[in-house]
Amino acid sequence: MTKRKATVFRPTAFSFPYLAVTLIFVIVPLILVLVYAFRGEDGGFTFDNFRQVFTEPETLRQLGQTVGIAALSTLICLLIAYPVAYILASNPFNKMAILALLFVIPMWINFMLRIFALQSLLSMIGIGKSYTAAVIGMVYDFFPYMLLPIYTVLANMDKSYVEASRDLGATPVQTFFKVTLPLSIPGVVSGISMMFMPIFSSYAITKMMGDMNTTVIGAKIASLFENQNYGSYGYGSAISFVLLVLVLVVMLIGNAIVRRTEKAPKGGKA
Amino acid sequence: MNKTSSRLYLVIRWVILLLVLVAIYLPLLMIIIYSFSSAQSVGDEFGNFTFRLYAKLFENTKMLSALKNTLIIGLVSAAFATILGTTAAVGIHYMRKKVKSVVDTASQITVVNAEIVTAMGFFLLMIFLRDSVEIPVNFSLWWLIITHTVITTPYVILTVAPRLQQLNPNLLEASMDLGAGPMRSLFTVMLPQLAGAMVSGFALAFTLSLDDFVVTNINSFGANIDTISTYVYSGIRKKGVPVEIRALSTIIFVVVLAALIIYNVVKNKRAKEQAKKA
Repeated sequence: MTKRKATVFRPTAFSFPYLAVTLIFVIVPLILVLVYAFRGEDGGFTFDNFRQVFTEPETLRQLGQTVGIAALSTLICLLIAYPVAYILASNPFNKMAILALLFVIPMWINFMLRIFALQSLLSMIGIGKSYTAAVIGMVYDFFPYMLLPIYTVLANMDKSYVEASRDLGATPVQTFFKVTLPLSIPGVVSGISMMFMPIFSSYAITKMMGDMNTTVIGAKIASLFENQNYGSYGYGSAISFVLLVLVLVVMLIGNAIVRRTEKAPKGGKA
Repeated sequence: MNKTSSRLYLVIRWVILLLVLVAIYLPLLMIIIYSFSSAQSVGDEFGNFTFRLYAKLFENTKMLSALKNTLIIGLVSAAFATILGTTAAVGIHYMRKKVKSVVDTASQITVVNAEIVTAMGFFLLMIFLRDSVEIPVNFSLWWLIITHTVITTPYVILTVAPRLQQLNPNLLEASMDLGAGPMRSLFTVMLPQLAGAMVSGFALAFTLSLDDFVVTNINSFGANIDTISTYVYSGIRKKGVPVEIRALSTIIFVVVLAALIIYNVVKNKRAKEQAKKA
């Protein structure tokens, strides 16, 4: 270091502390998950944990229910957020800067307090702990995260495409489905990915708003670690590993969709 | 479109927006209103207007300590994340393309991964360090600060990196050619240019930390540390949250709202001044 002082220091070295932290606190834990997932109670290599994941009816039911809740809540949220984003990006609402802000402010408020507030209101109007309440909770919690990417895409969209479509004789409905909607797909994909997978971990919402039978898989994993009982770590890690694979699959699908829409001629295919 | 139908269209759009706004804010509004009532739960008979819950809040040591923990973890981890994320962004900025894409991918792991998996990864790491490596560590406030730093740093990088790309690429080199050491170059040349992005990064890291539940919940098993999130969660699941949570919520809503309004007013003002200059 001292000999060639002038040339030895590279600015890339500024990232070394971060790289060390990432290695210890991100990479090593993932390796540990892998190790525990494939380790039996005797310490040897085994597939038993995975066998248990795919044969235990309770876990399978919870996985299935998680996918169901995630799909349903994401769909409902999208069906509400898209029109709102579309309206906010349209004239004259796009000139009211503070209006769009009002819709995303809840993002900055602690989500547990928001869920508490929502739960109070729902039980006031007679909706107790139930599957429905849990789905409402998901939609309420993730709404700003769904809205923001869609709104950003729609607000920054080049309006001349829409004008061209209208000039060429397309009706407003045709213009929406053949121009606006295809162009906004990246925002929609980003909104869905901000919601779909995170719901798998949102056991706070199902525990607080759902009934006994309503749950997401995150609750199962949490309960396996809660007791600091070594015996259940392998099983918990195996479920986590399955989630890891799922995250990758969902991401690849999302990327593929975005790439396809970007490749398609601007304005989308019929 | 003729005049009446376009007016009707405008009215419909207003109605949709207002309906959604009501759905978003009604729960918060009810909490605020009922923070001035001693009713057991929202929707009960209101009774007299009172500040009793606010008085009770300052006597509830458990709730106050949860608030204190939340703020300590948030502020300290956001400070760490800002330092770590900014230096990382500078370093990554000067990496060769191939190395850069690897590091970028690695930094995205905790962002895209299911939070529960990240949380139990931290948990397993602690067990590993404590029981296998036999380092005298355990679940504690410091552990929560570290885990929050790790999950929020990528967001600081994402905030600072775009600003770096706008800077003159030769800035750091010029400074070092002129004889400043790497540290001095970083502090006197790079950081002043990045100050704005660093503030945004800090704010983002802070809010993400305040909002976190899953990582905190799993990594405080047995540590007996509560943040606002875990406190409310266990309260609702067990015998119910003390009523003074409504007072605390109201204070938090008002503070967040005020901070956001001030931030946006300042931002708009600056944008206008810049527009004037240009």
